[in-house]
Amino acid sequence: MLERVEHRLITEDGRRIDGRALDEMRPVRIEAGVLDRSDGSAYVEMGKTKIYAAVYGPKEAHPRHLAQPHKAILNCRYHMAAFSVEGRKAPGMTRREIELSKVIREALESIVILEEFPRSAIDIFIEVIQADAGTRTAGITAASLALADAGIPILDLCAGIAVGKVEGRIVLDPSEEEDKKGEADMPVAMAPRMGSIVLLQLNGRMTSSEFVEALNLAKKGIGVLYELQRKALGKKFATFTPVGEE
Amino acid sequence: MYRIGEKPYPTKIMHDKLYELILRGERLDGRGPYQYRPLELKTSIIEKADGSAMVNLGGTKIIAGVKTSLGQPYPDTPEQANIVVNAELLPLASSFFEPGPPDERAIELARVVDRCIRESKMIELEKLVYIPGRSVLVIYIDVYVLDYDGNYFDPSVLASVAALATAKIPLYEVKNGEVVLNPDIRSSLPIRKFPVSVTIGLLGDKILVDPTSLEESAIDTSVVIGWSDEDEMAAIQKNLQGFIQMSVMDEIIRVSRERSIELRTKLMEAIGRVGTPI
Repeated sequence: MLERVEHRLITEDGRRIDGRALDEMRPVRIEAGVLDRSDGSAYVEMGKTKIYAAVYGPKEAHPRHLAQPHKAILNCRYHMAAFSVEGRKAPGMTRREIELSKVIREALESIVILEEFPRSAIDIFIEVIQADAGTRTAGITAASLALADAGIPILDLCAGIAVGKVEGRIVLDPSEEEDKKGEADMPVAMAPRMGSIVLLQLNGRMTSSEFVEALNLAKKGIGVLYELQRKALGKKFATFTPVGEE
Repeated sequence: MYRIGEKPYPTKIMHDKLYELILRGERLDGRGPYQYRPLELKTSIIEKADGSAMVNLGGTKIIAGVKTSLGQPYPDTPEQANIVVNAELLPLASSFFEPGPPDERAIELARVVDRCIRESKMIELEKLVYIPGRSVLVIYIDVYVLDYDGNYFDPSVLASVAALATAKIPLYEVKNGEVVLNPDIRSSLPIRKFPVSVTIGLLGDKILVDPTSLEESAIDTSVVIGWSDEDEMAAIQKNLQGFIQMSVMDEIIRVSRERSIELRTKLMEAIGRVGTPI
């Protein structure tokens, strides 16, 4: 058997390998309106995780039989670029990407006022250009901002963050190394003003008291992201001039 | 225009009716809010599979089969056996399912079952390695939904776990650096935990356990919680559109934990109860 050298992920004084405190998220950057062709777009960076989201619509639903008489349908594609990970990812949709597209769509369906646009479709594209843990949650943060940027009526912005369990401790926004070596990873997305959870998953083992601690930590992180989302929207529309009023 | 969040009329009528009933602690099929439908579990129903099980949960019927073979480990886990889970929503099970490759629902089902088994560390995968980095056991779990009346998650996990726990796998030995099959002996898989999942439907702030197909069409959202043992969760999946109110989270955890203990007891009783697939 090979000798395994164990690297501690959390130091004696409660610091993580990248120097963060347990409840500290990675450096965040959030921008709205970054792609010109789309109706709305956003860019989110959390540490090395880098994500674009774009919204097209409301527009005619295709194929027509999918159209709903009382509301718009929401389509969502979460996709990772071939160069976004160590090695090369096959460019097609993997089973993981299909599952995540579904849970992200279901999360966003609960904030978009779809009843405003019967018989139409809204398309959301999330492109992960670099993945370093927390891509689905950063994807939701970007997608909800892109929806707001597109001027699509929503009940609230929503933001997401992952919480992990590493060496028995609950940590906010795990890095890829913490995610891989840790005991659990729990992505959470919330609509803070509504006090509701729109996405919730858990990979790994947690007791119910750890779960409560993790959920509260996620809530704290989401509060910070929510403010940054609002700032990004404010920044974009502060310089916005309607067509014809230049 | 429909009001915000309003459902199409047939669904809305059903939603309001279910809510009215649940306020009185009742459901359409006479169950209480936290009650499961009758559960029946049989194992070793398919002789040609290494392990198999069938679960009837009310009107939902699921069959799971386990097959094994030799294979290469994944590069990131050179000293662990592989688990491969596939799920099929067969068109004979419901008019909601269509022929074709697994759609997003089937993929989600397979991945949730996978997560419950993998993350609970149910199987001691380290013990099924023959040559590290080169030759390990590959465990295939195939889940088929045969009849669908809501909640395919919980019976799929039950059937998969029962099939794994009763599986008799071929014995491989390493001789002169080669992995060879010993045709005379079959052995059980090394099992550590018995994970079970509990599906909870939400009607606003009210909980209903194990929703039927009719209930699923009208509830606001649902969440699946996988428990590896009495105190530890291994998987969670919020499923369906809609949101969970923060305030009901504690009750969801409490109820799902209680029900998981009950389900695990039934699972343990049923393991080894050999049956036929009808």
